[in-house]
Amino acid sequence: MKRALFLSVLCLGSAGPAFAAVGAELPGYQVVIDLNNRASLQRGAKYFVNYCMGCHSLQYSRYSRVGEDLGLDMQMVADNLIFNGRRVSERMEISMSRDDAERWFGAKPPDLSMLARRKGATYIYQYLMTFYADEDRPWGVNNWRFPFTTMPHVLWREQGLQRAEWKEADNGDGNKPVITGLMLETPGLKTPEEYERLVVDLTSFLVYVSEPARLTRESVGTWVLLFLLVLGGFAYFLKREYWKDVH
Amino acid sequence: MSDDTVDVGRRRFLTGSTALVGGTGAAVAIWPFIASMSPSARARTAGAPIEVDIGQMEWGQKIDLIWRKQPIWIIRRTPEMVAALEVEASYLRDPHSEQEQQPEFARNSHRSLNPEFLVLVGICTHLGCNPTYRPDAAPEDLGPEWQGGFFCACHGSRFDLSGRVYDHVPANANLRVPPYRFVSDTRILIGEMPEDAPA
Amino acid sequence: MKSLFEGLIGWIDARFPLMQLWNDHLAKYYAPKNFNFWYFFGSLALLVLIIQIVTGIFLTMHYKPDAELAFASLEYIRRDVPLGWLIQYMHSTGASFFFIVVYLHMFRGIMYGSFKAPRELIWLLGMFLYMTLMAEAFMGYLLPWGNMSYWGAQVIVNLFSTIPWVGPDIAIWLRGDFAISDATLTRFFALHVSAIPLALLALVALHIMALHEVGSNNPDGIEIKEHKDADGKPLDGVPFHPYYTVKDIWGSVAFLFLFALVVFFAPEMGGYFLEPDNFTPANPLLTPEHIVPVWYFTPFYSVLRAIPDPQFGALAMLLSILVLFFLPWIDRNPVRSVRYRSLLYKINLGVFVVTFAALGYLGFNPPTPLYSELALRFSEWYFLFFIALWFFSRPRRNMERLLTLVVVLGLISLYDVVRVEPGHGMLVFLGWLMPAVFVAVMVFGSGIEKLGRDLPVPDRLTG
Repeated sequence: MKRALFLSVLCLGSAGPAFAAVGAELPGYQVVIDLNNRASLQRGAKYFVNYCMGCHSLQYSRYSRVGEDLGLDMQMVADNLIFNGRRVSERMEISMSRDDAERWFGAKPPDLSMLARRKGATYIYQYLMTFYADEDRPWGVNNWRFPFTTMPHVLWREQGLQRAEWKEADNGDGNKPVITGLMLETPGLKTPEEYERLVVDLTSFLVYVSEPARLTRESVGTWVLLFLLVLGGFAYFLKREYWKDVH
Repeated sequence: MSDDTVDVGRRRFLTGSTALVGGTGAAVAIWPFIASMSPSARARTAGAPIEVDIGQMEWGQKIDLIWRKQPIWIIRRTPEMVAALEVEASYLRDPHSEQEQQPEFARNSHRSLNPEFLVLVGICTHLGCNPTYRPDAAPEDLGPEWQGGFFCACHGSRFDLSGRVYDHVPANANLRVPPYRFVSDTRILIGEMPEDAPA
Repeated sequence: MKSLFEGLIGWIDARFPLMQLWNDHLAKYYAPKNFNFWYFFGSLALLVLIIQIVTGIFLTMHYKPDAELAFASLEYIRRDVPLGWLIQYMHSTGASFFFIVVYLHMFRGIMYGSFKAPRELIWLLGMFLYMTLMAEAFMGYLLPWGNMSYWGAQVIVNLFSTIPWVGPDIAIWLRGDFAISDATLTRFFALHVSAIPLALLALVALHIMALHEVGSNNPDGIEIKEHKDADGKPLDGVPFHPYYTVKDIWGSVAFLFLFALVVFFAPEMGGYFLEPDNFTPANPLLTPEHIVPVWYFTPFYSVLRAIPDPQFGALAMLLSILVLFFLPWIDRNPVRSVRYRSLLYKINLGVFVVTFAALGYLGFNPPTPLYSELALRFSEWYFLFFIALWFFSRPRRNMERLLTLVVVLGLISLYDVVRVEPGHGMLVFLGWLMPAVFVAVMVFGSGIEKLGRDLPVPDRLTG
């Protein structure tokens, strides 16, 4: 019992590198997010409700807030973003039961409202870019960024199917094949450039939705800093004026 | 210390301007804290309009709803009740609804869009209790003059069947009428004005 | 207008010692005129405390101390409450800034010998304040009920289970359950918002009362009270008001500028102030890949990890904090300020700063064999700092030098011999050089005039 209690103290010691297998950064795939690009965020929102919201909720986000922040009026929000009969002021929750989902996919599709804050934009971008064909997986696809993902490649019609190129690599513990790159095998409805644009839009939207306040906080912050500069100027000269007395 | 070199004017100016700028900043800095106490997006969502089916209501029946955390009453008045409301009553304080207690469309004797259906906020305009619905005429406890209406047990305020307040009772205003409109003959949307009403 | 104001003051003064308080603590409290940069941090700590209390009160209006609701209520504050995000970021950033300010404030006290007689009680009260602040921060960190909150609390509470015999029962009692749970969250909330803040405020009052009783130390470490003019005012002092009030206002604005920079432009501070794993709700089945405490605890956390045995590790960590309490009785050297201490003392202090930073860095990173070894060696340096302070308390005879060298190095080497494993001999030996060189330099250096001799202390402030 006592030993078991120590376990959590000790697991600090062992956790770090052992989990590196969850998937590594892919240096070849980099993304720049521009939250000021409103059109991109609007497209991202539309893609999200179309492709992702069947399974993934944004439980902390409200349709109305997304509309306000992205410059859509409430009628547009109702017409373009809501397909499940909810009201615009409601949270972006889904009807699918999480237990059903677990039966179908083997894992509960997580809520995505905080995904970008937890994993970062690069992760989302790389994940969506690197699905590849793999007959051994239940949905026929695997993922380079997140190996053995239980999610099907929802966007395969748009992207088409990629094939992984492997090579034998000596990585210390025997020869294991590693992926060197992905090749588009079956083209999709979109060109690779269009598909990447889609992924960037979707990623930008998820970054926005993880912290809606970010759209305003930096501009508010600029004014606060300017004000403090002015106040600091006065305070500095006031201090200097009084300290003339002290020799 | 050498007081002879002190420039009192400059010192006073700097003290004053720092205090002014700093004070302004402090006043603005209070704003987020005040703002955080006003209704949140969640509270405003709860304030969104609600739709009610009134097709099954019987004569004289009252139903209670909650809108914006406040009680809303809908009462289906009989034609006799409505007719009685048109009689000029001397005991009412504001018989023509001159105070701003209702949307423009309810500034009439029946204080409603459709005389048959009365929609009211069920909060006494005195100190916020819920008045009781008393449609019975001249009951023992309310006296022979009682024509049916609402009685607030907290402090004895009386209202008629349009929610109009009696004179000489603690409450000094008619019961409020919320904004509402008919979506169809049998459905009311509470929280939104009729489409033809001035905004 | 003026007379009305004076009338009001007079009316109050007849009933309450208003002017007396004003004079005792501000207008006629004489502080040394040579306060430098380091002397901002006392008043800044008070400023952060006020920010934390005010933002905390408003967060409490929206927060739900319930395991089912807590995480969502944080997102509710950040998204749905008008300007709630600002208040929340001020509070989370304030927590980190509190520790930045307090660490600089404590370092100031060490550097200028402010803990030495007659200011031991100020130091002790300050140390109690620091420990109370750690408790406040630790309990506050559980409240967002993120996964890092949960596992951080799990690990720290489990430290109590290392107490012999009663430990596991104490840990269960602290949690009110067999793991961190709703019961733990609710009691941490109660303590975080009421009991501990009250203790903090009381301790701050005592800390300032004790300070104003004996007067402030200064960068020269000289008593200004020893040279007074005909009116009994210290020649090297200035009244706190207006001189230090205007100076502290300027310092506060500069501080708020940095504070706003983080609040508005980097509230997560690259994962140091708000950890990424805390943006997912507490999950008892899923330990984050890498549990790290918030940065302000990592130096002590490194000491904990440096010793693999949990009991001794916890003991070492406890000692690393407790030893600070005894500083006034460890460093008995009559010279207060670093300015007039020996070169060796300055080196010792510099090494201590590096050590503290290195322990903080190591505590934030996964313990590879190299990092674990370094953590142990820096922990040894951490304690050697205090041994050196004690050693420099007065001129030592050769016999004392020899004895110190043998005992200290003997203990360190003994531990190394016991723990060394085949294949790690080189690492351990190279590591051993760290404390060995340090001790040798301190012990033998103290015999060399240029290294070990303290400087003459001037009679009056040097400006």
